[in-house]
Amino acid sequence: MIRFLLRRFGQAFVVLWAAFTATFLLLQALPGDAILIKFQSPELGLSPEQIAELRTLYGADSPLWQQYGATLSGFLQGNFGYSLHRGVPVADSLGQALPVTAGLTVLSVIAAVALALLLAAVSALTPLRWLRSALLSVPSLFISIPVFWLGIALIQIFSFRLKLIPVIGAGPWESLILPVATLAVPISAPLAQVLIRSLDAVQTQPFVAVARAKGASRRWVLWRHVLRNAVPPVLALGGVLFGELLAGAVVTETVFGLNGLGRLTEQAVNFQDAAVLQAVVVLAAAGFVTVNLLVDLITPLLDPRLALHRSSLSAGGPA
Amino acid sequence: MSTVPTQDLSARGWLPGQTPNNSFSALDFAVPSDFSAYGAAAAVDPAVPLASVLHRQGRALWSAARRVPSGLALAWGVIGLVAAWAAAPGLFTGYSAVSGEAAEARLPPSAAHWLGTDELGRDLLARIIYGASESLTGAFVAVAVGLVLGTLTGLIAGSSRRWVDDLLMRAVDVLLSVPALLVSLSIIILLGFGTTNAAIAVGVASVANFARLARAEVVRVRYTDYVEAAFGSGGRFAAVLWRHVLPNSLTAVLAVSALQFGTAILAISTLGFLGYGAPPPTPEWGLLIAEGRNYIATAWWLTTFPGLVVVAVVIAANRISASLRGEGTR
Repeated sequence: MIRFLLRRFGQAFVVLWAAFTATFLLLQALPGDAILIKFQSPELGLSPEQIAELRTLYGADSPLWQQYGATLSGFLQGNFGYSLHRGVPVADSLGQALPVTAGLTVLSVIAAVALALLLAAVSALTPLRWLRSALLSVPSLFISIPVFWLGIALIQIFSFRLKLIPVIGAGPWESLILPVATLAVPISAPLAQVLIRSLDAVQTQPFVAVARAKGASRRWVLWRHVLRNAVPPVLALGGVLFGELLAGAVVTETVFGLNGLGRLTEQAVNFQDAAVLQAVVVLAAAGFVTVNLLVDLITPLLDPRLALHRSSLSAGGPA
Repeated sequence: MSTVPTQDLSARGWLPGQTPNNSFSALDFAVPSDFSAYGAAAAVDPAVPLASVLHRQGRALWSAARRVPSGLALAWGVIGLVAAWAAAPGLFTGYSAVSGEAAEARLPPSAAHWLGTDELGRDLLARIIYGASESLTGAFVAVAVGLVLGTLTGLIAGSSRRWVDDLLMRAVDVLLSVPALLVSLSIIILLGFGTTNAAIAVGVASVANFARLARAEVVRVRYTDYVEAAFGSGGRFAAVLWRHVLPNSLTAVLAVSALQFGTAILAISTLGFLGYGAPPPTPEWGLLIAEGRNYIATAWWLTTFPGLVVVAVVIAANRISASLRGEGTR
């Protein structure tokens, strides 16, 4: 088990380091670098010498490997560089944006899980064939909807048509309803699909028939026996969903004007602010790797068979 | 009966470490061969009168048409219509996509303007029709980039020494650890804004899916008897790959390409909406929605209709992909 843990941690760090290096190299190839964009404008009246001086100050003229080393050690110490566009350290911008995005994404995940459970439970319990087949196609519909369009449509319906949620002057919770609903839809789609499939697979297992034969109601069996066994495949989605959440947040925050990580990313692209984008990419990779690590550690706890399997084979699961 | 495909999300590479199931059945829309076999068999028999042959042929045709699930036919219809819009937009609308009558600004849908007009009096339907080429070309470029880069990576990984394979597939893992949108944004910050750049960025973000697919296909057929036999009879590596591995992987590649096509349409419209794609007044669908957003209190049609078109095309592409994987033959 210890060996397995060390291996998994090692893998996680290698992936993270590789993601950092790849983005670093990619963003270094940027033709117009951020310093030039910011200081070249004629209004500032800076001479080429002064710009060169600024470049030295920011370390933009040192050799590539030196910059790489400095940036890497900075990242390891939690110093993500300096946002030229905003004029503040990237860590400060991230610190301000993180709570907004965290609130949005956590609520969205809760809503998405609830929605997926509802879809799966109804489709598992309903005796109506047409309802089941309609519910089965809901996930595929959900992933085909552009997130930004969904957000706009919700604003149109609930704010302008029904006038349920004011556009301006909504309370902090009230103003989160629509963004959370928007982001929950694409997240719930894969959850619901895997859950429905997993439920179907577990439903045919002999122990379910035994529980039913003992006189348990369908709902009881579903809740107590089936759901528990259907969860591990859903957990395996964790890492991917984390990425989807972050990508969805970029769009959702832009549509609803929330100043979170997504908005920060969108503006970083607009102003070629490479430092911010690099920090966001590394953060996303770190989140992905962490979630996958947690899933790998939690899954054996839920299903003892996997723990046995793993120690006998001493092989790590798929990254 | 719903037309929405119940497709497998794991085929998008959503499930880590899982490649699409490759048990492909015959394409369920490959009907014409079926039908001609019917006709030939009947024509050989001289005892059967002509009318009866025709009748039987008609029945065969009918049952063949019936066998294409209605959802799938609709999906091909949607893609066909949008492709026709892209090829010859002038056939479908008399209005211009870029100039309008200022007096007709922001009219709701009517007989003259089926989907209404925008803030400059341009016909919305015309803009959607002319925008089709923008979105479709973008999606094709994206799929091509992903297909070529990804398949090459996967082929090399699947057919090389262990360490090359490990190195390439770990690189693919790294690519998968970053959300596709962020990968695209990193490429866009590098290349700059524009339709082609956005399409390339979307394509690069899909490389990992194609690489995994191609590698899985190579590994799957590498030790089958017929590939061994092809090598044994002196086949060169590239020739075997081309003659035996590739044809056997074609359906799988097509299915994933169709899926990526839908994903690319979504991603390109998202980038267009964020303002990284084509500049105004290009009638790109995402951009149409972004522009319509300024009038959402008064002109609901400006955002609603382009969005519905995107949803329809993406669902259609997903449905076709599902049928290529041999699923959902409802």
